[in-house]
Amino acid sequence: MTLDLALQYLVAGLTYGAIYVVVAIGFNIVYSATGIINFAQGEFVMLGGMIAVQASRSMPLPAAIALAVAAAAAVGALVEVAFLRWLRKPTVLRMVVITIGVSILLREGALFLWGEGVRSLPYFTGDEVSSVGILGARISPQVFWVLGTVALIVGALEWFYRRTLLGWEMQACAANKDAASLCGVPVRRLVTLSFAMAAAIGALAGAVVSPITYTSYAAGGPLAIKGFTVAILGGLGNSGGAVAAGLALGVVESFAVSVLPAAYKDVVTLSLLLAVLVVRPSGLFASGEAARLKEF
Amino acid sequence: MTRPGLPAPARVALLAVAVVAVQLATQASGRGFYLTQLTMTGYYALVVLGLSLLMGYAGQISLGQAGFFAIGGYAAAFLSTIDVSAQRALPAFALATRMGLLVARPDLYGGTTLGVNPWAGLVLGVGLASGVAFAVGVPVLRLRGHYLAMATLAFGTIVSAVAVGTQRLGAADGISGVPPFPILPGVRIGGGSADRVANYYLAWGLVALAMLLLGNLVRSRTGRALRAIHGAEDAARAMGVDAARMKVRVFVLAAAMAAAAGVLLTHYVGGIGPSEASVMKSVRYVAMVAVGGMGSLWGALSAAAVLEFLSLRGVFGAHDDAVFGGILVLVMLFAPDGILSFRARGIVEKLRGRPARPGEGT
Amino acid sequence: MNLLEVIGVSKRFGGVQAVKEVSFRVRKGAVKAVIGPNGAGKTTLFDLLSGFRVPDEGTVRFKGREIHGQAPHQVAAHGISRTFQNLKLFGHMTALENVMVGRHVRSRAGMLAGMLSSPASRREEREIEERARAEMRFLGVEPLSLSPAGSLAYGQQRAVELARALCAEPELLLLDEPAAGLNMRETSELAEQVLRIRDRGVTVLLVEHDMSLVMRISDEVAVLCFGQKIADADPRSVQRNPEVVRVYLGDD
Repeated sequence: MTLDLALQYLVAGLTYGAIYVVVAIGFNIVYSATGIINFAQGEFVMLGGMIAVQASRSMPLPAAIALAVAAAAAVGALVEVAFLRWLRKPTVLRMVVITIGVSILLREGALFLWGEGVRSLPYFTGDEVSSVGILGARISPQVFWVLGTVALIVGALEWFYRRTLLGWEMQACAANKDAASLCGVPVRRLVTLSFAMAAAIGALAGAVVSPITYTSYAAGGPLAIKGFTVAILGGLGNSGGAVAAGLALGVVESFAVSVLPAAYKDVVTLSLLLAVLVVRPSGLFASGEAARLKEF
Repeated sequence: MTRPGLPAPARVALLAVAVVAVQLATQASGRGFYLTQLTMTGYYALVVLGLSLLMGYAGQISLGQAGFFAIGGYAAAFLSTIDVSAQRALPAFALATRMGLLVARPDLYGGTTLGVNPWAGLVLGVGLASGVAFAVGVPVLRLRGHYLAMATLAFGTIVSAVAVGTQRLGAADGISGVPPFPILPGVRIGGGSADRVANYYLAWGLVALAMLLLGNLVRSRTGRALRAIHGAEDAARAMGVDAARMKVRVFVLAAAMAAAAGVLLTHYVGGIGPSEASVMKSVRYVAMVAVGGMGSLWGALSAAAVLEFLSLRGVFGAHDDAVFGGILVLVMLFAPDGILSFRARGIVEKLRGRPARPGEGT
Repeated sequence: MNLLEVIGVSKRFGGVQAVKEVSFRVRKGAVKAVIGPNGAGKTTLFDLLSGFRVPDEGTVRFKGREIHGQAPHQVAAHGISRTFQNLKLFGHMTALENVMVGRHVRSRAGMLAGMLSSPASRREEREIEERARAEMRFLGVEPLSLSPAGSLAYGQQRAVELARALCAEPELLLLDEPAAGLNMRETSELAEQVLRIRDRGVTVLLVEHDMSLVMRISDEVAVLCFGQKIADADPRSVQRNPEVVRVYLGDD
C-alpha cells in the first residue's frame, strides 16, 4: 500500500469515525442522565441530514442546518416526553423495546416523508471534485468541515459540562438523581434537555457529513449500532474514551475494507462489539468499578 | 404464572379444534389459498413460542432470533440445492449416497443432481444453530439488560450481513429452487396446491406439539426455576438453580426451534433470502411476544397467529415495519404485560374466576 | 462437631477492607449469631459463605469440605440455605411456588422430563408440593399459598422466604437479618420459629441487629467490628465484654 493510498484510507476512516464519535457521545449524554440506551440515536443523525436537505431548498445553507438541528432537538425532546416519561413500569426490557420501536417509527416516518432516495446537502465549500492535497493524498474540503464540526461539538460539550451551571446540574443528575433532585436540580427537565442535546448534535453531524456519505431513511440503524459500539468501547459515559474509540474504529473499518470484501465491513464492527461486550463491557478505558456503579 | 381458565390438555384440544375449523372454513368459502399464508404463520409461530419461553419466562431478551431462523433456513437451502454429482464417484460421496445422506433429484434439463437429503439438512441446520447459540450464549447471557439486547442484536446483524454479502449463499437474492421435503409417507413440505391442506395440518400439528411440550415445561420444576431466575436471579441461585446453565439451555432451545422453523419454512416456500435474517424480523418476533404478554405462551401464539397472518396477507401494506414499531411502542406504554392482561385486568376481576392450582396455566 | 469452619477469611473492595481475617466455627445443632454495628462486614461475610463473593484469603469448610469460591448453587447443593436481608422473593409467583423452588436442590427432574411430563417427574412434583405445603404449615403461612408473593404483607413475605429456605432441607441455615422490619410480636414469633427449626436438627447462623432476639435464641455470639472479630462466646459473656460494650455504646 502506497503512502498516499494509506493516507486516503486514514482520512476516510477519520471522517466516518468522527461521525461515530458524535453518535456515541449522544448515547453517553442520554445514558448519563437516565441510564437508558436510546436506540433511536442513529435516527437523529439521519433526520439532521434529511431535514437540512429539505430546508435548503427554500433557505440558505446555514439556516437550513440550524433549522434541522432545532427540529431534531424538538423531536428528541418530544420522544422523551411522549414515550419514556410515561413508562409506567420502567424495567430495562421495556425501555429497550420502546426505544427500538421509536427508532422504527422515526425511520418509517422518514420513509413516508422523503421516500427511499438518497439525499445530500451541497458541499459547504467547493464541490465534489475539489480537493486539497496533503502528502500526496487528495482530501475533500468537506472532510475538514466534518472534523472541525465534531471537534467543535466535543469542545462545546466539554465547556458546557465543566463551566456552566446547567452542565454541573446535569452532571449531578448523572451521578445521583435523587440527591440532585433534593438539591433543587430540575431533574425531569434536564432529562428532556439531554435528549434534545443528543438529538441536536447528532443532527448537526448528520448534516455536515451528508455531502460525503449521502443519507437516506435507512441510514440511522447501522449508525446506531456503530455508535453504540464506540460508546461501549470507550466506556459508557466517558466522552474522551468515545473520541478515541470512535476515531480508532473508523480507521480500522476503513483499512479493513482494503482487505475484506466490502460486504463484510459491518461484520468487523459487529464482531468487535460482540467481543467487547463479552470480554470487557466496561470499555477499554474505564475501570471495572466505575462500570458497576451505574444502575443498569 | 397461575391464571384462571382451562387445564392445559383442554387448551391444546381446543387449539386442534380451531385449526380444523379454520381449514374447513377456508375450504367452504373457496379460499383455500389462505392456507398457504396460514401454514407460513404456523412456522413463524414456532419462532415466537421459543422466544416467548426465553423472554417471558426466563426474562432474557433476544434481538437475534431471526439470525437462528436464517441459519436453519440457509443450511437447508444450501445443502438441498448443491449439486455434487460431479463427485459421485469419489468413495466418500458414494458412501454418503448409499447411506442416503445424498439424494438424487431430476433437474430441469433431464439429468439428475446430487444434493443433501433434507433430513440431513434439518439435522445439520438445527445442529449448527444450536451450536452457534451455545457458543454465543455462554458469554453473552452473563450480560444483563441493554448489553444483552445489543449483543443479540449484533449477532443477528452479523448473520444478516453474512447472508447478504456471501456469494455462495446467493447474496442479496438468496437461494431459490429448494426442493420439497418428503417428511412423512405421502406428505411433503412444499409442493403445490395439492399439498396445501396436508402442509397446513403438518405445520399446525407441530405448533400444537410445541404448545404441549412447552406448556409441560413451564409447569415443571424447570419452568419454575426459569421463572425464579426471571424474578430474582440471586435468590434462585441461592436455592440451587444453576442460573447461567439454565439460561444457556433455554437460549439454545429457542434457537433450535427458530432454526427448525427456518428449515421447514424454507422447504415449504422453496427458498430463502437475507431479509429473513434481518433485524426487523427479530423485532417483529419480539413485538409479538410483547403483545401476547411476556409470561404467556398462549398469548404469544395468539399474537403471532393474528399479526403474522395479517402481515402476510398484506393488510399492513408498505407500512409493515411501521406497524410493528408502533405496536412495540403502544404495548410498552399502555399494556406492558400484554394486551390480554390489559383487558383481563378489568374483565377477570369482574368475573372472579376460580384461582388455579399452583403451576397451572401458561 | 463443627459443621462450619471459617478460617482467616478476608475480603476487600477497592480501598475498603470489608472483612479482615475472620475466624469462627459453628457447632452442629447450635444457633450462632453474628452481630456488630452497621458496616461491620456482616452481610459481606454471608455473601462469602454462600458463594456470592470469593474471599481474597482464608478458608471456609463445611462438613470438612472446602466450599469457598464455589458458586451459590453449588453451595446450596452441599446443604446450606439462606435468606436475604432485603427479601428476594419471586414476586410474580405464588407463595407456594416460591417455596417449591426451595426444593430445587433436592429434586432432579430436568428439562426433558419436564417437557415430556414423565410419570417420575409428576411424582416428584407431587412430593415437592407436599413438602412445600408442610414447610408453610410449619411457619403458619399455608393459607397464603395461592397469593402472589409480591402482594403479601411484609411479615408474611419474610415467613414465606424462610419456608423457602427450609424446603431445601438444609443442614445449615443462614439467616440474613431475619427480624429486619418486623414488629415486636412478629419478632417474638420468629424467635420461637428459629428455636423450633433448631429442634428439627438444623444448624442456624444468623446475622442480626435486634439484641433481645439474639440474646434469647443464640447459643453463641460472634461480634464483628470494622471487619474484624472482637468477641466470640456465649451471649452472657459477650454482653459483659467491655470492648463490645464500647463498640456499641461508644466511649464515655
